[in-house]
Amino acid sequence: MNAFLPVVFAVQVVRISLPYALAALGGTFSERGGVVNIALEGIMLSAAFGFVFGSFVTGNAWAGVGAGVLAGMLLASLLALMTLRFRADAIVAGVALNLLAMGGTRFLLKRTWDSSSNSSRVMAPEAWGGGEGTWGAVASLVTHPLVLLSLALIAASHLVLYHTRFGLRLRACGEHPEAAATMGVSVRRVRLGGVLLAGLFAGLGGVWLAASQHQFTDNMSGGRGYIALAAMIFGRWNPLGAAAACLLFGAAEAVQIHLQGQGTVIPTQLLQMMPYVLTLITVAGFRGRAKPPAASGRTYEGP
Amino acid sequence: MRTPSLEARAAVLSPVVALLVVFAVGNVLVLACGQSPLSVFGALLDGTWGNPYGVGQVLFKTTPLVLTGLAVAIPFRAGFFNIGAEGQAVLGALATAIVGAFLPPGTPWIVAVGGSVGAGLVVGAAWGGIPGLLRARTGAHEVITSIMLNFIAFALANWLVATWLAMPETLHTAPVVQTARLARFSSFWDVFEGSALNVSFLLALAVAGATSWLLFRTPLGFRLRAVGANPRAAEYGGVSLPHMATLSMALGGACAGLVGTNFVLGYKTYYEDGFSGGIGFMGIAVALLGRNRPLGVVGAALLFGTLSQGTLVINALVPKEIVEVLQALVILAVLASSSEVRARLSRDAPRKGDA
Repeated sequence: MNAFLPVVFAVQVVRISLPYALAALGGTFSERGGVVNIALEGIMLSAAFGFVFGSFVTGNAWAGVGAGVLAGMLLASLLALMTLRFRADAIVAGVALNLLAMGGTRFLLKRTWDSSSNSSRVMAPEAWGGGEGTWGAVASLVTHPLVLLSLALIAASHLVLYHTRFGLRLRACGEHPEAAATMGVSVRRVRLGGVLLAGLFAGLGGVWLAASQHQFTDNMSGGRGYIALAAMIFGRWNPLGAAAACLLFGAAEAVQIHLQGQGTVIPTQLLQMMPYVLTLITVAGFRGRAKPPAASGRTYEGP
Repeated sequence: MRTPSLEARAAVLSPVVALLVVFAVGNVLVLACGQSPLSVFGALLDGTWGNPYGVGQVLFKTTPLVLTGLAVAIPFRAGFFNIGAEGQAVLGALATAIVGAFLPPGTPWIVAVGGSVGAGLVVGAAWGGIPGLLRARTGAHEVITSIMLNFIAFALANWLVATWLAMPETLHTAPVVQTARLARFSSFWDVFEGSALNVSFLLALAVAGATSWLLFRTPLGFRLRAVGANPRAAEYGGVSLPHMATLSMALGGACAGLVGTNFVLGYKTYYEDGFSGGIGFMGIAVALLGRNRPLGVVGAALLFGTLSQGTLVINALVPKEIVEVLQALVILAVLASSSEVRARLSRDAPRKGDA
């Protein structure tokens, strides 16, 4: 038995939690502005594909990261178009965008790699440090540029939401858009900002999913966008709370992978259910007690 | 002649506009694949409505889409969004297959068919009722819970089949008893030779008819629609929102649970892992395009049935995944056009008081 197992496990938990945390933060920005973002799942999936495609075409890992984030933001801007311009129900539009991302990535996967399961291997950003053993694992985590970028974004998101003019306006649009409009805030423009930030954050989460595997696999987001929404609720629509809640989901998945590797009596399929059951319990158990932004999910009919 | 109301014109015009937009985008996608839209479209029509076998296959593919379309439309009418039809269909079909396989040979057909269809109905209703109940009791949004229940259903079905039910070296269950199997149309009409179209198509149409009656001709249907139209007013009028949440989702789940009738009893005779292939999600597009009306659902299901079968025919020219893109675009286009068409119609219409 390795004495450093808890450390290795913690590294694993952080690795797994990162995409959840990024998506949950994206959801927080979107929903604090008043737009329910079911499309997180599709944003992650299209960003994952965008990253692999960009990296494949250019041969440059960072160009891939840029392409992935752009793909995520493209899907987010479609959500903004549907909800803000066409005043469509955000939830129905979000589900449709998830289906679009699922079908679109499948279509492009077939066209680009002639496969219905996965892409070829591509370049991905690598950690600057690393090495053997426990401390090598730690080093490869804390010196990974994507990890550092994500942690910086998580810290920044708290500052943006609570200590900037944009953050204040965003929260006002989520709580009482008519009041915000009276104060001269352009509700649609501010909400657009929130949704695009969701595209940026959840997009980076999708990039990280694909980058850690160096390839795209069909439907690789696997419900993480929905799980991130549950984490956002669990974190009570606060960036740091949402990020912390994601550690819980990351830990559950890490335990599942660990048990699966050990070969227990519990069947694989039942272990795979764990994150989904946990999410179900979370949304059913905490939704009642946590208070969502007052205007979230309500279509803004004003100017 | 009375001019139709603005609402009525918008109701007809917006799906038409939506379909035209999607048709245009579809053509662009076909061009992007380096094919001529005209020849692809011709091949698609030829392989579907161009011969009896094609027609049979289209109707065979339409059958589950009617059911999953209703599974989404019924809760939608009450203001709830069921995106769990996929999981409800999977577990319902598995229940149908299990009951059908464990009945003793020689069971009278009415018992065999009734028992296995009933099992799918009950399991689908139960699985669909859970998110409704959770919404009613805890306020947990049915979209998140029903998608989680999808993942749980897939894993559960996979586990049950892989560890307990599968025939050796396969991923499917034992075949159902002879008397539980449903007749194919080809056994009455030779022209449908080779097509899997079976009498469950008629069942799906009957379910659509029954839904229409339930929604528009019964007090229960009235209460259900009242909740969807204005939950507060309905509650004030004495309708219990928790009951309607659970009931409408369970009714939707029951429709999805009948999908196994087509696949298990009418086609394969067994449940096979991964059979559903997105029909639950396609049900969302079917319901929205059909404007959540049973007759509209049947029409939209026919369109998507044609597309599903058609993309198999043209798979050599254009990847069949194109249909998944188109179904998502249909939902988006319907959403966008319904507000856009209404806005434009009301802008053009003379205002009251203008003379």
